[in-house]
Amino acid sequence: MPVMSYIQAVTKALQEEMQRDENVFVLGEDVGKRGGVFRATDGLYDEFGEERVIDTPLAESAIAGVGIGAAMYGKRPVAEMQFADFIMPAVNQIISEAAKMRYRSNNDWSAPMTIRAPYGGGVHGALYHSQSVESVFANQPGLKIVMPSTPYDVKGLLKAAIRDDDPVLFFEHKRAYRLIKGEVPEDDYTLPIGKADVKREGSDVTVITYGLCVNFALQAAEKLAEEGIDAHILDLRTVYPLDQEAIIEAAKKTGKVLLVTEDNKEGSIIGQVSAIIAENCLFDLDAPVQRLAGPDVPSMPYAPTMEKYFMMNPDKVEQAMRDLAEF
Amino acid sequence: MAENRHQSLGLSDEQVLDMYRTMLMARKIDERMWLLNRSGKIPFVISCQGQEAAQVGASFALDREKDYVAPYYRDMGVVLAFGMTAQDLMLSGFAKAEDPNSGGRQMPGHFGQKKNRILSGSSPVTTQVPHAVGVALASKMEKKDIVSLVTLGEGSSNQGDFHEGLNFAGVHKLPVITMVENNKYAISVPQEKQIASKNVSDRAVGYGMPGFTVDGNDPLAVYEAVKAAADRARNGEGPTLIETVSYRLTPHSSDDDDRTYREREEVEEAKKKDSLITFKKYLQDAGVLTEDKEKEMEEELTKIINDATDYAENAPYAEPESALKYVYAENE
Ligand SMILES: Cc1ncc(C[n+]2csc(CCOP(=O)(O)OP(=O)(O)O)c2C)c(N)n1
Ligand SMILES: [Mg+2]
Repeated sequence: MPVMSYIQAVTKALQEEMQRDENVFVLGEDVGKRGGVFRATDGLYDEFGEERVIDTPLAESAIAGVGIGAAMYGKRPVAEMQFADFIMPAVNQIISEAAKMRYRSNNDWSAPMTIRAPYGGGVHGALYHSQSVESVFANQPGLKIVMPSTPYDVKGLLKAAIRDDDPVLFFEHKRAYRLIKGEVPEDDYTLPIGKADVKREGSDVTVITYGLCVNFALQAAEKLAEEGIDAHILDLRTVYPLDQEAIIEAAKKTGKVLLVTEDNKEGSIIGQVSAIIAENCLFDLDAPVQRLAGPDVPSMPYAPTMEKYFMMNPDKVEQAMRDLAEF
Repeated sequence: MAENRHQSLGLSDEQVLDMYRTMLMARKIDERMWLLNRSGKIPFVISCQGQEAAQVGASFALDREKDYVAPYYRDMGVVLAFGMTAQDLMLSGFAKAEDPNSGGRQMPGHFGQKKNRILSGSSPVTTQVPHAVGVALASKMEKKDIVSLVTLGEGSSNQGDFHEGLNFAGVHKLPVITMVENNKYAISVPQEKQIASKNVSDRAVGYGMPGFTVDGNDPLAVYEAVKAAADRARNGEGPTLIETVSYRLTPHSSDDDDRTYREREEVEEAKKKDSLITFKKYLQDAGVLTEDKEKEMEEELTKIINDATDYAENAPYAEPESALKYVYAENE
């Protein structure tokens, strides 16, 4: 099985879907000739031409809104927001339009589009090139939000997102793009949106997280195994709507739950995960549910000292896991 | 006998009569909605009155078998011309389950009907502009000669989506017609406090497309402008911005009192130019609308609207739990 990077899996999924269905097309800033500022659409312009790999004007609301219109017509647009931070001008189109299209038309119209955006910190991107924006959208029924952690999941979930009949936000961790590599089958497979995935079986402490933090948790788990602490790791993969069943099962498995995100703590996805556990697992818990997250400051600062202080890393996760195991 | 105006535009007597009938239907449904509102039967009305000529003139200039429209809340004339019925509109007014726009989920005026290629609209103004541009993009990609028409108010032309959408359409030379129905007010705020340029159509130059200002009380003038724009669009010559100037003859909505911000004399003056009067006169003078035909049309429309009102009033509401349906596709 070929080994590829996280970003190569993005490109592969796009390429395969564009080959499979001529309704699939890509639009965004610099996605065409340049192949994207991160090179996620590298090669697609040469293979599919400027009509299907569209360099748009610098205007995010139009990128989302034009995509919605094309999707209503019957196309399968895949829009790229150059950075998740710059999705903000498109929030009205995403929340007022895409999310509500099916519901407001009583199932007459729909907006099956995918919006991809690189998110996350640890790349010296400062306040506006580091953010996690999923919680802005994670109380909007009608949307689905996917945040994969491995190249294998990227390919299967991005293909599923493109084929999905409803709008999907697909957030890719920009530091994972070249850092994370893994085996990715050549064949055409999809993975179910809305389903979490156990990334490590264990019996002492449960970690529930998503995105790049899954990799931090796996690294921490290897170290802790040497100390005799056996971690169970659940990767949410879809952060909205959440896979309640998998969360409950993972929490019950060890009775000690650590929730991890690199987003700010208050109002983040893991607060909702914690509520699901509180509602369903009271008598199965052996310790209070713990949340490990970024501090509640607006965003990640630029200077390395402050960035490191804000950003999640394997050491922070390891320490929190150890503390919980010893509770 | 010299050719009259509609003949020189290629419109038959039957077509202009049909235009007038559609305008009159819109006006009469709208008036009925106000009565129903004032008698406490429906909670909300937002009117087309004063804009019927622009709406119907534009719609008749399109191919109503294949073109798409992204209307805004006043466009009763557009949706009627595109195949929505009086009954559909009354069902929406009463928020009943059978309302094809939304099944009673949205307020009246939030049009949408896939079978007639009427895109679903929302409340935040101007969001429909990029949608129509997206339809035009898809049409161009598929090498179809489908055109999309999007409408909005002049106040709404200050939103970012107007500028982002038109620029996108201009850059990619897309077959989309943007029609701004300038009725001089955005709720209480007059045009001169909304728009820095003299005309809304002046904005077109910034987006590399032609812009025209036409008399929004004259359905034939609007027809001519939109027809030319549609021909250009189908020829691959790209988008057009059209501003139709008329006047909002009613308060903004059933919840507004326009006496707090405009003089009665101004409204009375505007009523003299009401297209339902001026176009009727044109058709009478041209010998197309006879007294008999007029009477017949009035009676026919009154009956249709009476029946539609009765039907909608007696139709069932959606089941309460049906509020849970259609968040996502159900084929999963
Ligand atoms: C984004 C947004 N802001 C405010 C409103 C409230 N609002 C509804 S209609 C309207 C005025 C619109 O004026 P115009 O665009 O001229 O259209 P008209 O009603 O005159 O036809 C306002 C302020 C809204 N619906 N959406
Ligand atoms: Mg106005």
